[in-house]
Amino acid sequence: MATIHIPTPLRKFTNQNRILETGKTTLSGAIEHLVEEHPGIKKNLLDDNGHIRSYIKIYVGDEEVDPLENGTLEIGEETEISIVPAIAGGTNNEY
Amino acid sequence: MELALQYEVQESIGRHAEEAYPDECCGFLFGEDGDIRRISHVRRATNTRTENRGRRFRIDPDEYRRAEKFAVDNDLDLLGIYHSHPDHPAEPSEHDRSVALPFFSYIIVSVQGGTTSEIRSWRLNGEETFDEETITFLSKQVYATKPISK
Repeated sequence: MATIHIPTPLRKFTNQNRILETGKTTLSGAIEHLVEEHPGIKKNLLDDNGHIRSYIKIYVGDEEVDPLENGTLEIGEETEISIVPAIAGGTNNEY
Repeated sequence: MELALQYEVQESIGRHAEEAYPDECCGFLFGEDGDIRRISHVRRATNTRTENRGRRFRIDPDEYRRAEKFAVDNDLDLLGIYHSHPDHPAEPSEHDRSVALPFFSYIIVSVQGGTTSEIRSWRLNGEETFDEETITFLSKQVYATKPISK
């Protein structure tokens, strides 16, 4: 089973589970499994078009991957998928 | 919503904000969640913005992953993010709100002319706007930390 690691801010939608194990064989299949299993996570994970939100990064192992281009990426039993929020902010005045 | 800040945490965040001035600093908050959220440890992060660092910050995703691992390795909860507002109030901007995540506490420290002037904390509510968290500042004697593994 591949493992999806859930970041702390999204664990309120996964009953505080840190991981989800999935038997899916592609990256997009694994993400779909996560959303099916924990529908509450969808709003914070996917945009209106069903794509991973721009401030959420997906790692397979230690490599960041573009989920739009790598949805068909095959995953195996040892694959570790990490959902990583991009952290940013600052004052209003951009100059 | 209440946040208890250990003395060393308050001191560490303020020092970081002053060292980074006039740029924004940023870092992670760790501790124990509950009715009162106790922040016992902080970890500095690098502001990876290459321009406009006085008005914006960004944390590299790899650094975020290390912070999650640090929490697991040390039996702590990753509870939020701190950052500074140089020469601006310790209030979240619209930009802060638009990129904020649920659950996290967002501590903002105002640095006026290089000196820390105010520390406040904010958390998203169900309507995706910020509510302010009450901060209690604990002295060294009140709350002891557990040792951190290397």
